[in-house]
Amino acid sequence: MSEKQIKNYNLNFGPQHPSAHGVLRLVLELDGEVIDRADPHVGLLHRGTEKLIEYKSYAQAMPYFDRLDYVSPQNQEHAFVLATEKLLGIEASPRGQYIRVLFAEIGRELNHIFTVCAFAMDIGAMTPMLWAFEEREKLMEFCERISGARMHMAFFRTGGVAADMPDGLAEDIDAWCDQFPQMIDDIETLLTENRIFKQRTVDIGGLSAEEAMDWGFSGPNLRACGVPWDIRKAQPYDVYDKMDFNIPIAKTGDCYDRYIVRIAEMRESLKIIKQCLRDMPGGPVKIDDHKITPPSRGDMKQSMESLIHHFKLFTEGYHVPAGDTYTAVEAPKGEFGVYLVSDGSNKPYRCKIRPPGFAHLQALELVSKGYMLADVVANIGSLDIVFGEIDR
Amino acid sequence: MGRRGNMDLALKDLSELIATALPNEVTATVIANGELSVSVRSDAIVKVMSFLRDDVNCQFKILMDVCGVDYPDREERFDVVYNLLSMTHNLRVRVKVRTDEKKPVPSVVSVFSSANWWEREAWDLLGIYFSGHPDLRRIMTDYGFEGHPLRKDFPLSGYVEIRYDDEKKRVVYEPVKMAQDFRSFDFVSPWEAMDAPLPGDEKAEEPDEAASEGDS
Repeated sequence: MSEKQIKNYNLNFGPQHPSAHGVLRLVLELDGEVIDRADPHVGLLHRGTEKLIEYKSYAQAMPYFDRLDYVSPQNQEHAFVLATEKLLGIEASPRGQYIRVLFAEIGRELNHIFTVCAFAMDIGAMTPMLWAFEEREKLMEFCERISGARMHMAFFRTGGVAADMPDGLAEDIDAWCDQFPQMIDDIETLLTENRIFKQRTVDIGGLSAEEAMDWGFSGPNLRACGVPWDIRKAQPYDVYDKMDFNIPIAKTGDCYDRYIVRIAEMRESLKIIKQCLRDMPGGPVKIDDHKITPPSRGDMKQSMESLIHHFKLFTEGYHVPAGDTYTAVEAPKGEFGVYLVSDGSNKPYRCKIRPPGFAHLQALELVSKGYMLADVVANIGSLDIVFGEIDR
Repeated sequence: MGRRGNMDLALKDLSELIATALPNEVTATVIANGELSVSVRSDAIVKVMSFLRDDVNCQFKILMDVCGVDYPDREERFDVVYNLLSMTHNLRVRVKVRTDEKKPVPSVVSVFSSANWWEREAWDLLGIYFSGHPDLRRIMTDYGFEGHPLRKDFPLSGYVEIRYDDEKKRVVYEPVKMAQDFRSFDFVSPWEAMDAPLPGDEKAEEPDEAASEGDS
């Protein structure tokens, strides 16, 4: 038999591919069907968010954060308002903090429902997506009722939130919390012990805790490797220190563990939502300092000072004392950090956004090497990659 | 409050520990807003990062973020900022080095693998050069992009815009044309920022003299 030269096969995956979760161009080098090298080319969705924020006042910069990880917009807003509050040296009003935590957890549910089901669909399970998206729609309805927008709420404010809960919303969210566990059970019936699902996920794309830390993992992907780390517990912000919830972890960090952790987190999130609704105090939803939060419409009709405050806030905005801060929140995908530098003016001097997915995606070669081509799709799905936040 | 107090105490201990362990490398330590930031010499960054990762009292195992900040008026115009997290001690630390357009910063990829893309991003967006980086390509911007968009002297609109040309049947690059100029408002209040003296202002400066003249 004559000797044949065998060459590795280069494959361009994406940028337009349904399993790429957006616009990912992935250059793969294949040895047969086994991945030898994976080089993700990101930046196809780069919109220059950080540059734009430098030209906007703090209040105008906030809605950009909705458009980063568009699967769970609230959590990113949360990071930015917390960073601004830290530099201003203020704390949100108690009711505002509860509403923020409530909607941050709704954001987590939104994200995990999407991730788990999109992941399942990537590897061939169609039904969870169809079932669970109805639940997402219900959650987005709650967002719409409080803020007027289904997805990009632009609802969190420095010092609290934009508006109070409308009548009946708390009861409806509570009722939703009662029926949602049934849906998680249903999804689990379809996936958790499913033979095909397990064949595609168990022992695929696993990594050790040391590797995960070295590669800057955070959130569910880190916890799937057995590291019990959650910013909500370790460095609690807003009212998370008053909440009673557990941090689910898994062992091997493979695709299946990442899925299991997310399922468990959905149940824990429900607990936090319930506690928020139960313990939410009355009072104003934002602080009473009208140098930072706008006065009410009624006040503006009566008081000249309120009118001036309103005018100044919506033209010039508020000035933030010079300084810098790195403030991170536990977003559904992991640690979402904002490194905010202020020079004392009304615009951020520099706002570096630390998206969790960026670190996860760069480890794609590590978790995919030596596995089959089809496992790349499982890895992308289970690492929870969304390009809005990675490309910024 | 108690937690914040304990945090500040822990950060103070940590900053003293780092400053004594690396006396030649650390140039300044600042604790502000409950966060510790350590400025170090840029050629010592690898040593500092290895120390922070491996020392038993530090254990900063995760490099969360590397980013650059541009101060064009300074002689060394860039700050490179490393944000580290220690899960063992539940602490964060920020390491800063200074550099300019030409001077390279040693890459810390050998210490933290996650630095790879963060450094590529800082190179792409700000033009900070990292020496010893295994693969310093552009990451965020378009293939064939020129310039470093996050620099303060780079215009917000950029220099080129792209569109699909129906006659040429391909995407074409053209110099950017704005239908309306970018509106940049100077919001600094004229009542506070006005430095130029108006006629008559000097009277406000000398009230006593005016009063004494009135008496005589």
